[in-house]
Amino acid sequence: MAEIMYWEALRRAHDEEMTRDPLVICMGEDIGVAGGTYKATNGLFDKYGPERVIDTPISEGGYTGLGIGASFVGVRPIIEIMSVNFAWLAMDQVFNTAAKVRYMSGGQLEAPVVVRSPGGTAHQLGAQHSARMEKVFMGVAGLRVVTPSNPRQAYGLLKSAVRCNDPVFINEHELMYNMKGDVPDEEYFMPLEGSEVAREGIDVTLFGYNISVHWCLAAAEILASKHGINAEVIDLYSLSPLDREGIKASVSKTHRAVIVEEAEPAVGVGSEVMAIINEECFFELDAPPVRVSAKNVPIPYNHTLEKMAIPTTQDVVDAVLKQFGLS
Amino acid sequence: MKPADKKRVLKEMLFARRFEERCYEAYVERKIGGFLHLYSGEEACAYGVLEAAKPGHDYVMTSYRDHIHAIKSGVSPKAVMAELFAKETGCCKGLGGSMHIFGAEQRFMGGYALVGGPFPLAAGIAKGIKLKGGDEICICFLGDAANNQGVFHESLNMAKVWDLPVLYVCENNLYGIGTRIERSTAVVDQYKRVGAYDIPSAQVDGQDIETVYDAAKIAIDHVRSGKGPYFLELMTYRYRGHSMSDSNAYRTKEEEQLWNERDPLNILRDRLVGAGEITVDEYKQWDTEIIAEIEDDIIKFAEESPEPSAELLDKYVLAENDPWVRGGAK
Repeated sequence: MAEIMYWEALRRAHDEEMTRDPLVICMGEDIGVAGGTYKATNGLFDKYGPERVIDTPISEGGYTGLGIGASFVGVRPIIEIMSVNFAWLAMDQVFNTAAKVRYMSGGQLEAPVVVRSPGGTAHQLGAQHSARMEKVFMGVAGLRVVTPSNPRQAYGLLKSAVRCNDPVFINEHELMYNMKGDVPDEEYFMPLEGSEVAREGIDVTLFGYNISVHWCLAAAEILASKHGINAEVIDLYSLSPLDREGIKASVSKTHRAVIVEEAEPAVGVGSEVMAIINEECFFELDAPPVRVSAKNVPIPYNHTLEKMAIPTTQDVVDAVLKQFGLS
Repeated sequence: MKPADKKRVLKEMLFARRFEERCYEAYVERKIGGFLHLYSGEEACAYGVLEAAKPGHDYVMTSYRDHIHAIKSGVSPKAVMAELFAKETGCCKGLGGSMHIFGAEQRFMGGYALVGGPFPLAAGIAKGIKLKGGDEICICFLGDAANNQGVFHESLNMAKVWDLPVLYVCENNLYGIGTRIERSTAVVDQYKRVGAYDIPSAQVDGQDIETVYDAAKIAIDHVRSGKGPYFLELMTYRYRGHSMSDSNAYRTKEEEQLWNERDPLNILRDRLVGAGEITVDEYKQWDTEIIAEIEDDIIKFAEESPEPSAELLDKYVLAENDPWVRGGAK
């Protein structure tokens, strides 16, 4: 077990899979000679050459479609879209083709392609570089969506996603590439479905994913030390499909749920988890579930307003206290 | 083309015409649902190009006007008709429909319903061919109106930058749905547009299959020899509307008449009759046989095939029992 950064974990997964299978390639803007905006492919251009580590033109729809087409004939492309905001330009290819080709061909073709892209609000990047789009991807049948919250997951999910025969969208985060965490020394594969218990507790379940897992963990510490509330934190690293059983099991134990998301509330992870709780374990609830979400606004440039637009650890603490009638 | 090949391909094109016209009838009878885009009038394009290629070896993909490209690539006409009838014996088990005919075994990589959508997919297949080191090429047939999509430019650019073995065939039938090309497109000659990407191209008569074949030979030789992409524009005309829901009110009778006089089947038939390769009676005999074959064999098969079973509804959404979903084979 070694402590490495999130980007190093991604780089290691790329490197191992490319060594194993000559048909694993990676492509995206500035990923080759420049080493990658987030260094996830750093050094791979020199190791594997331009045919397999492909610097693409700034044509998101084009190169994503190209990767999908290559996957029809056995290639395993890992496509990096530099910012999830740019992924809108590739939606036709991802949604209309990658997610549907197995189905509409009656199982004859498949698109085993991985699309990685960071979303989230970072540091004053403005409205067009701060989108959180996981809700868009998770609403489409035929596509898997995972979102690693730490280096171990980043490594293990990419390893499994490359080998899986389904198209997988990996939702990363602008702010998390330098996060440190333990990653096993031996090869490690994360399941592409399920959830993880990030912190065990008995009084309330905090559901988070990607960066919001860390807000939940920080909130749980405050709740425990200052308010005597022992919160469980569930890491929903798989957003499509969501882990119905895991959600049910935790809520059945704690009888309370708070869902924390960096995205706007409408049609999102929070609303979907609430629907699952209703469907699976409504009568286990001691209180109505609560969402802690971003404000329903495009992200502003001004730093103070930007911070106001997205949830904080304190927002999570406040939501829990309110649910307990303590505020 | 050799005389024997010309004779055979004339018969194949006659089959294609009758197949499509029978689809029209089946649509009117409500045996075929959804959208239906027919290829009648454009036959020399698919047959001319694919005669010069290696169907089953080379990869082929196209738009939603796809029945005939699939059949010429080797997909069974019965499986295509059964697909149109939405039956389980269809090539896509009734899950695809007219716009989504696939034949992976025949390397017919599908019909796609988003105009221009296949441009990058074809470049990707070509990238795969190049990585694996084969001598196949990818042939992508699309209409002229697809060239007004952004991915046209993006794909041509990448195909040229990376010298991918892809042949783009533009079937220029002069209309994007119901809008004539001059009204939607700044540069009407489509082959000129690819000059911007330094890709070699040609524009030829798409109604004369021998002309198409000769031009396709040059194009395919270029691509197969590793020199990169090529763009072949074929001037053609569709007899039916864009789809069955098209009133076809935007074209003049005079224009239709003009193109009817340049019917691709008649051009080749008259030439072969003139050369003494076939007789008019022989051609009529083929026609009778083909109509009977379509009715007694193909339509009957489609009619009598079973509906898809309910278990197909969600069978192909994701891979079945993929071990990596569970983190590997444990």
